[in-house]
Parts: sequence; C-alpha cells; structure tokens
Amino acid sequence: MKSIIQISNLSKIYKDAEMYSLNDFSLDIKEGQIFGLLGPNGAGKTTLISILCGLVKPTSGSFSIDNLIYAKNANEIKKIIGVVPQEYALYPTLTARENLLYFGSMYGLKGTDLKEKVIDSLDFLGLLKFADKRIETFSGGMKRRVNLIAGILHNPKILFLDEPTVGVDVHSKNVIIEYLKELNKTGTTIIYTSHHLSEAQDFCTDIAIVDRGIIYAEGTPKDLIAATANARNLEDVFISLTGKELRDAI
Amino acid sequence: MSVYKEFLLLKRDMGGVVTLFLMPLVLIITVTLIQDSSYKKENDVKIPILLVDYDKGNVSKTIFDNLQKSNVFSVVTSLDATPITEAVAKEAVFKGKYQLAIIIPSHLSTDLQAKIDQNVQKIVSSLGFADSLATKSNTKLVDQKEVKLYFDPAVQLSFKSGVMNGIDKMISQIETKSIYTTFQEQLGEEDAKFEQKSFITFKEIVPKINNKEIRPNSVQHNVPAWTLFAIFFIVIPLSINMVKEKTQGTFIRLRTNPVSNKIVLAGKTVMYLIICLIQFYMMVAVAIFLFPHLGLPALNVEGHLILMSIVALFSGLAAIGFGILLGTIAKTQEQSAPFGATAVIILAAIGGVWVPVFAMPKIMQIIAQSSPMNWGLEAFYDVLLRNATFWDLVPELFLLFLFFVVTTTLALLYDKKKRAV
Repeated sequence: MKSIIQISNLSKIYKDAEMYSLNDFSLDIKEGQIFGLLGPNGAGKTTLISILCGLVKPTSGSFSIDNLIYAKNANEIKKIIGVVPQEYALYPTLTARENLLYFGSMYGLKGTDLKEKVIDSLDFLGLLKFADKRIETFSGGMKRRVNLIAGILHNPKILFLDEPTVGVDVHSKNVIIEYLKELNKTGTTIIYTSHHLSEAQDFCTDIAIVDRGIIYAEGTPKDLIAATANARNLEDVFISLTGKELRDAI
Repeated sequence: MSVYKEFLLLKRDMGGVVTLFLMPLVLIITVTLIQDSSYKKENDVKIPILLVDYDKGNVSKTIFDNLQKSNVFSVVTSLDATPITEAVAKEAVFKGKYQLAIIIPSHLSTDLQAKIDQNVQKIVSSLGFADSLATKSNTKLVDQKEVKLYFDPAVQLSFKSGVMNGIDKMISQIETKSIYTTFQEQLGEEDAKFEQKSFITFKEIVPKINNKEIRPNSVQHNVPAWTLFAIFFIVIPLSINMVKEKTQGTFIRLRTNPVSNKIVLAGKTVMYLIICLIQFYMMVAVAIFLFPHLGLPALNVEGHLILMSIVALFSGLAAIGFGILLGTIAKTQEQSAPFGATAVIILAAIGGVWVPVFAMPKIMQIIAQSSPMNWGLEAFYDVLLRNATFWDLVPELFLLFLFFVVTTTLALLYDKKKRAV
C-alpha cells in the first residue's frame, strides 16, 4: 500500500513543559488504513493530530501528507483532510443544517450539491428530522454526529478523528462507527484516537500504542494481541505496555 | 457565506442585538439631555446659592439684583426665616448642601464710595478744581474690602472660575459706575452725563452655510461624539465573538479548512460594519426626530448626511480593526470584554469626547492626535460645524483606514505566528 502520511523524528515540547509531548516520533500510515492512535491521557495523541492538521507547530522533525508539506502546500493539504476534533466544534445557536452548510461552503461546496450532501449525511446519521433545530438543544450523541458530518462533507482523502465517540451513548457510537466504516470503504484513510480499546480493536485495521510521546508498539490488533504474553484483547496489550499507574497530567 | 453566518449568529442573540442598538440610543439621549444645559443661555434649573449681606448698601443690592437676573442662580439670603451668617453659610457650603456662598463685607458700599471720592478728589484737585470741591474733602483711610466666596469642595474648577470671573466683572462694573457718577457729581455738570456703556464690545463671528449661521448646540457636539463612542463599542461584541470561536472549538474548523483567515475576518468586518452603520443611522434619526420632543434642538444634517456616513464608515472600520486584534490576542471573554471596554473609554477620553483636546495638557494634546476617536470626532466636527468638503476629510479618513489596516494586519500576523506549521 502507498504511504499517505510519513512522520520522521517529530518532537514537540510545549512552553514551560517538563516533558516532550512527542519525542522523536516516526510513523508511516498507508492509504486506506483505519489507523488507531491509542494511549493514556497525556500520551501525545492529540498533539500529534494537531500537528498533522496544521494547528500546532512541531519543535523539530518533519512530516508529509500525501507527499505534501505544510510549508509549501498548506492549502492543498487542507483541501484533502477532514478534521473531527474532540470538542463540539459547532456554533451552538445555529441549526445543524446552518452549521453544515457553513462548514461545507468553506471547502468550496455550494448550491444544490452542498444542500443534498448535508441532507444525505444527516439522514444517514439519523438526524434529518432535527436538521433545523439549534445545536444547543442537541444531546451529546447528536452533537457528536453533527460534528462528524462537518468534518467529512467534502469527502476528505484523510480524516483525523480525535475521540469521536467520547461521551456518547451506545446507539450513537454504533451509528458513528458504521458511518466511518462506510466512509473508509470509499477510500478515505482514517486516523483515529480513542480510549475505547474494544471499539478500536473492532474498528481499526492498524494501531500504534503511544505513551510519553513515543510509540510502544505498532501493528494490527490481532498481531499486537498475539505478540503480548497472556493478552486476550487490546486492553491487556495496552496495560502490559503502558503499566497501571494513573496518568493525570496538566 | 461568512457574512451570512455572522448575521445568523447575531440574529440568534436577540438580547445582544437589542443591547447593541438600544444602549447607544439611551446613551446619546441621556448625555445630550444632561449636557444641553451647559449650552443654553437660559436654564430651567437654577443653582441655589447663599448670599450673606453685611453691607446692606447699594453695592450688595446691585450684586443681589445681578445674580437674580443671571438666570443661572437663585439667591438665598435666609434659612428658616433667619438671615444667614457667614458661619452658617460656610458650614452649609463645605458640607455640600449649597455649591456657593458669597459674603459681602459690612460698609462695602460706603467705604467704596469713600475710596472713590478720595481718588476722584485727588485727580480733580490736581486739575485745579480744588476750591469748588472743598465740601467733599475727606482724608479718612479706607481699608481694602474683600468679598468672600465659599465653594463646595466637590464643584468643578470650571464652575469655580466661571463664577469668580462673573463676580469680578460685576464688581468692576459697580466700581466703574461709581467712579463715573462721582466725577459727574464733583464736576457738578448735570447736563454733561458720562456715557457709561462699555466702549469696547465683542461679537462672535460664526461660520455660515447658505448665509445661515452655524451656531453649535449640545446636539451638534454630543451626537457625533457619542455616536463615535457607541461605534467603537463594537469592539466588545466582536472580540467576544472571536474568543467564543476559540472556546467553542469552531476555531479549529476555521483553521483547518482551506479558506484563508483573511476571508473569515472579511466576513466579520462586513457584518459588523453594517451594524456600525445601522447604529449610526439610528442615532442620527433619534437626534433628528426624537430630540425636538425632548426639548432638545434637532440635529441639522442638511447636506451633511453623505459625508457623515463616510466618516461613520471609516470610524467603524477603525473600531472593527481594533476588535479583530483584541479578539485574536485575547484567550478568554474575561480578558477581551473588560480590556475592550476600558480601552474604548481611554480612547474616548484622549480623543476629546469628554474634554476638548484644546483644553488638555500639552502632553495629552499630543497623545490625543494618536487616538482614532479623535480623528473620527474631528472629521464629524469638520462636517457638521466647519462646513468641510470631502477633500478636507481625507487626512482623517486616511488615518482611520490606516488604523484598520494596521490592526487587522497585526491580528493576521499574530495568528500566523501562533499557529504556523
């Protein structure tokens, strides 16, 4: 498979921080993968996604997205990536439709195409009847679904998902995961972070277990489980690699 | 689409919209009503002052009559049917119950007349008329007299100096009149009356438009000043709007999509500029149509509205530029809102909205030249009071536009530096 994201020796240390959030981090993500970045709090997952999305500047190292680099091709990269942040990145006083029409238009979508795309996406995720309700009236699960649609309306080649199912009920989670699987089938590469290890085990084709800014293990879920002594599932692998101590971090 | 989104966000916050449009109107009406009295020759409300008359003569009677006629003061000479003493007056004024007390010393009229008689006699004697004036001879030493003024410590300096100048002028006139009268009596020429009117008078020449004099009133001064103040208050909702995008997370989407930040900011600029202009037209409409019903003069915009709109447009741009810069740098609403409000008040103060620039200390006059509110205010005054043409306004409009360009560029550079990858 062709590499779509290449990360070489990437490091990031925030101002006044004592430890690196990413420490000489290298990774190769192939086209079509659903790549899970798993790790405890403060492992560096969100920092990595923020750097790849162009939101945070790395301290050192380099990376390319579809053979493009931000310094020269920021706009081209932004056109082919979709971002679903951990926060509900939506205007609470606008309706779901208004939010999606606005964010879709930012990717050059317009007119009937955009309107239909919004309706189809809302329909697929069970939100069409709430299309004209304000986001502030939505439940957490509904907001997560709209948040997801806002990141994929333009059919991105690469989709970054930062904890897309955090704080949602089982039904919403299933709908989101099914939708993402369908999206992946159409050729979208997905980079995903989560604390839900069982969800990741089922959903991801490849996984990297990250802690303290470095990769502890990388491979398919099946290979990682097989390679860890007495591991029955990904959670056992995770505990075995990262330990049991709490990782509260500021 | 960015403009439409900003419109929707504002439309959904009706409380905010009402505040944006209603508060400037309340402000302009309140301030103009309060300040109107200082522009009026006649005032409905008279300031009560205490007069303690130990003289009981012509001079004190003239002072009393003149003060009563001034239409500014109502003179109080007794409290609870008891004549006021100096001690009572002093206590009442220093406690803030009255703003002013005038104490006229005893024998002021007689001593003034005696002093004038002595002086006139000396002059007349030196001219060789001494014999005929023998009867008026008087060599008694007359002490200098002092009219005491007590001011409430809380009154403003301008009020104090205004009152002191007025009383000084009044006493000078009384002295002059007495001197003329005494000369007349001493010379004994009943038919040759002296002309006692001032020889030198002054007349204010005001600018004219179409042969009509443009006389400044409270409305023409206050409407531009407070309209500008309200326009600049757009800084607060605009910066809050931008800070909210950061805290809500929508900022992440705006930064990760291919649309340039310049386009996003342009959308905000257009929407908030429309708000500024609506605010401006509402305030002008109130000043034209509502003010006369409140007993205020109507704002005369005849032939000025287009130029005033241009000044409002450029002032709005300057305010928006400042709001964008503040919204870009601030991380929380707690930072942006108090800073924005305080900054606007400071800009207004140094811009001459409260105290005219010419009345400021030298250093503040120099600083005032750097306030966008001063450029806007001068441009409005140029249009409304100085009969300026568009070309006369170009320097001020250029500065306002430059301020917008500089602040917006700084915001873009700051943003780029913070998130550049």
